[in-house]
Amino acid sequence: MSKKFNIDTVANAEATPGQALPWAELGLKQNEYDRVVEILGRRPTGAELAMYSVMWSEHCSYKSSKVHLRQFGDKVTDAMKEHLLVGIGENAGVVDIGDGWAVTFKVESHNHPSFVEPYQGAATGVGGIVRDIISMGARPVAVMDPLRFGAIDHPDTARLVHGIVAGIGGYGNSLGLPNIGGEVVFDSSYQGNPLVNALAVGVLRHEDIRLANASGVGNRVVLFGARTGGDGIGGASVLASESFDDAKPSKRPAVQVGDPFAEKVLIECCLELFKASVVEGIQDLGAAGISCATSELASNGDGGMHVELTKVLLRDPTLTPGEILMSESQERMMAVVTPANAAAFEAIMDKWNVEYSWLGEVTDTGRLVIEWDGETIVDVDPRTVAHDGPVYERPYHRPVWLDGVQADSFKGSAPDLRAAVLELMSSPNMCSKDWVTNQFDRYVQGNTALAMPDDAGVIRVDEETGLGVALSTDANGRYSYLNPYEGARLALAEAYRNVATSGAKPLAVTDCLNFGSPEDPEVMWQFAETVRGLADACQELGVPVTGGNVSLYNQTGGVAIHPTPVVGVLGVFDDVARRTPSGWREDGQAIYLLGTTRNELDGSEWANLRGHLGGTPPVVDLAAEKTLAAVLVNSSRDGMIDAAHDLSEGGLAAALSEAALRFGVGARIGIDELCERDGINAFTALFSESQGRAIVSVPRSEEVRFNDMCTARNYPTLRIGVVDTENSALDVQGHFTLPLAELKEAHEGTLPKHFA
Amino acid sequence: MSVETPLIGDFQPFPSASTEGSLAGIRVGVVTFPGTLDDRDAMRAVRLAGGTAISLWHGDHDLRGVDAVIIPGGFSYGDYLRAGAISRFAPLMEQITAAATGGPGALPVLGICNGFQVLTEAHLLPGSMIKNNSLHFLCRDQRLRVENADTLWTSDYAAGEEIVVPLKNQDGQFVADEHTLDELEGEGRVVFRYVGENPNGSRRDIAGISNAAGNVVGLMPHPEHAVEPGFGPDSSARGEVDLRGGTDGLGIFTSVLKKLVG
Repeated sequence: MSKKFNIDTVANAEATPGQALPWAELGLKQNEYDRVVEILGRRPTGAELAMYSVMWSEHCSYKSSKVHLRQFGDKVTDAMKEHLLVGIGENAGVVDIGDGWAVTFKVESHNHPSFVEPYQGAATGVGGIVRDIISMGARPVAVMDPLRFGAIDHPDTARLVHGIVAGIGGYGNSLGLPNIGGEVVFDSSYQGNPLVNALAVGVLRHEDIRLANASGVGNRVVLFGARTGGDGIGGASVLASESFDDAKPSKRPAVQVGDPFAEKVLIECCLELFKASVVEGIQDLGAAGISCATSELASNGDGGMHVELTKVLLRDPTLTPGEILMSESQERMMAVVTPANAAAFEAIMDKWNVEYSWLGEVTDTGRLVIEWDGETIVDVDPRTVAHDGPVYERPYHRPVWLDGVQADSFKGSAPDLRAAVLELMSSPNMCSKDWVTNQFDRYVQGNTALAMPDDAGVIRVDEETGLGVALSTDANGRYSYLNPYEGARLALAEAYRNVATSGAKPLAVTDCLNFGSPEDPEVMWQFAETVRGLADACQELGVPVTGGNVSLYNQTGGVAIHPTPVVGVLGVFDDVARRTPSGWREDGQAIYLLGTTRNELDGSEWANLRGHLGGTPPVVDLAAEKTLAAVLVNSSRDGMIDAAHDLSEGGLAAALSEAALRFGVGARIGIDELCERDGINAFTALFSESQGRAIVSVPRSEEVRFNDMCTARNYPTLRIGVVDTENSALDVQGHFTLPLAELKEAHEGTLPKHFA
Repeated sequence: MSVETPLIGDFQPFPSASTEGSLAGIRVGVVTFPGTLDDRDAMRAVRLAGGTAISLWHGDHDLRGVDAVIIPGGFSYGDYLRAGAISRFAPLMEQITAAATGGPGALPVLGICNGFQVLTEAHLLPGSMIKNNSLHFLCRDQRLRVENADTLWTSDYAAGEEIVVPLKNQDGQFVADEHTLDELEGEGRVVFRYVGENPNGSRRDIAGISNAAGNVVGLMPHPEHAVEPGFGPDSSARGEVDLRGGTDGLGIFTSVLKKLVG
């Protein structure tokens, strides 16, 4: 027994095999606990139990999703790997963008903590994904936040919107990272389970890639950054890996507390460490804290590590060893440093006033041994903690209700198209998100070439050449509810299209799969179908998934969220100077609609406004998406278009409105020829959400060339109007005229009305 | 800052000031505190204006012979106590304060956003900044009027000229007692004023002020983010611009360079 606490040592565990341990309270199931005992050949110590419980949680081990996620690897072809420098499995994927530059990017969830404690939950979501990016050796250059809330007028929604938006801004703005995009969606299915996903992107040179492994026997292990406190204990297990239930006590202590200043200093300090080449391996501390960092570093390297846990600097000296191992205190990193580099490491820490403590060293024993005051409290094979967790083939079946839902197609229309467009553009999901995005810094770093509300965020990487990247994240929970396989493909298609609309060539994918409880076979079916759909679609479009995150148990009681696969696509530009904005500016330019419009209103925003969710989502044709993307990228590269905007939620009505409002420039539009060509009525022309469509504005001098290109690629093209700077109105001739001032007021008034 | 700066170089060459070789001889220091964010942006603005940007570290005791100093934006020390309250005690701030108050030929100093807050905390400028009256961080393209074009940092503008530069801050509401405000107005030390809707509740729409000698200027909006076509605001008060083409902030940086050459 140790002096300070009643410490449960390995010797004690061997001597008291019958002692009861709180494994169920820590989130382990009986069979999982039995497996731990079997691996160790004895009961675990309290500290070992803490480590296994967090590392074998759903959040850390992917035990329910692993068997499905393998498809992302299995369906990757050699051609898709062409630009991939680091694939799935590391802290984040790394993609080659040319000229020796690489980009690392990933989207993650912080859903559960953000419901419990919105400000800190959302803030630390940004912090966590940014540390993943730093761990790869990159300088973080931008963030994006796909957000989903409950009904806009529900009494609890304002609490979440205010806290989450302020948390993202408070953290991201203080890090000096431009926030260049994302989504804000309101739907009652997210009422008790808001989705706070955070994407970060970083830039590095090929030779600067860093990986998380502890190699080199005798190399030293160091923990640096913020001190370890009592916050976030059990964040990954009892918070993120269980459904919410009113009967259980508050989970607030399981939420971490963020310190963005500490993280900003950590970014600069880590980049200086990389530049000075004084770290051999590095790992950020996120979910499962020191348990995760030690076991992953050790099992990815020479297989052994020896740590003295009393060396950990603490905010709260009363923390027990188990709590120290489980704490998810933010702004911490662990690195492996050769003894020769230790002094140089310390000098950089001192320059940035960052605290550090040498915890131990790398060994070749194949064991992770953790001591407390000289007594062994953990002695495990680190692979059994980090990689050999349980894997479940959860049962799943197609929901019995789905046939009935799919048979219930939307039949409505709108007698007054003018009023309908105003209603659509002021609706919670289609209204201007300026009230949110104006709380985020989009300018810092000086490389933002496009940001909200354009189709994709665009960041310059190389100031000499203009080389840069575009990013877009998209998902549609309603489509996925109606058909999860197609919903995943639609999410990828939209993100891919958005990136191409900005003028960039799509290269790679990250995803954040948000679902209800995997223990519900219907939810599990939605998940399985989603992964299958996304993996198939990635193969068809030739863009690999490079990393991401799964968030399960987004459900309260028996009610799950809509299946929501958030898909982020990264594209590359030779020169961001040729990026295409979503709005037109030049008088007299021709406006073209690319693609075919069908009667596809099931799952649409308009049906949603009428309280209808049924039928089947729009048909997705990925070959057509590929052609459309090629048309858009080539048009941008060859200067054939001045504006481009994709058609997605809200259809042509939304795209025309947004393109006009972007720079406050009107247009005269005719849709009669479109209706005749595609055999649809005016309402369908405006509100259908058929895929594979975009509108572009073409300078007069480029019209012949543009038409020739579309004809050569056999892509449907129709001239539907002309940019009109004289009349500040959206004039859909023969149907209605909407002054831009009126449209703008309707579009911009909604969020301030509810939240300002 | 000795950290690598991978994102450097000119995106598009500037036809204006950058061709004047003599300006390149002017060395403008940009200070980095822990938590400073817009330091590389301020250095880029100096380069685009034709000058030479020199990185200065808050803990140093040496101004490295610079001809002028910019204290850039950010959240130094997290703004945790009060914006700028800890940074003012940095060793380098002693050097800056001494050099900026040295009578004729005193060091030109510009504080942007957090830098302005540091200057008020250091008592190089009067007044203080409190939380925006909306209580939110606010990022938007802001129209300003240059009220005083006689300072070292505004001489490339005409008095009364309007400019558009990004505004982005949480604690941007300028406050001072009535006597101080009257004094600032009376002495022509209100350098920039918000035009249109007051974004944050600042007294008398004040966006930027100077010291009595005119060598020290502070302003809350960010001129260094309106210096490069393609990466600035979508609009300009100086006429039509291209997408993100606003470069109205460049005059701040060319002003001081030309004055120092002259």
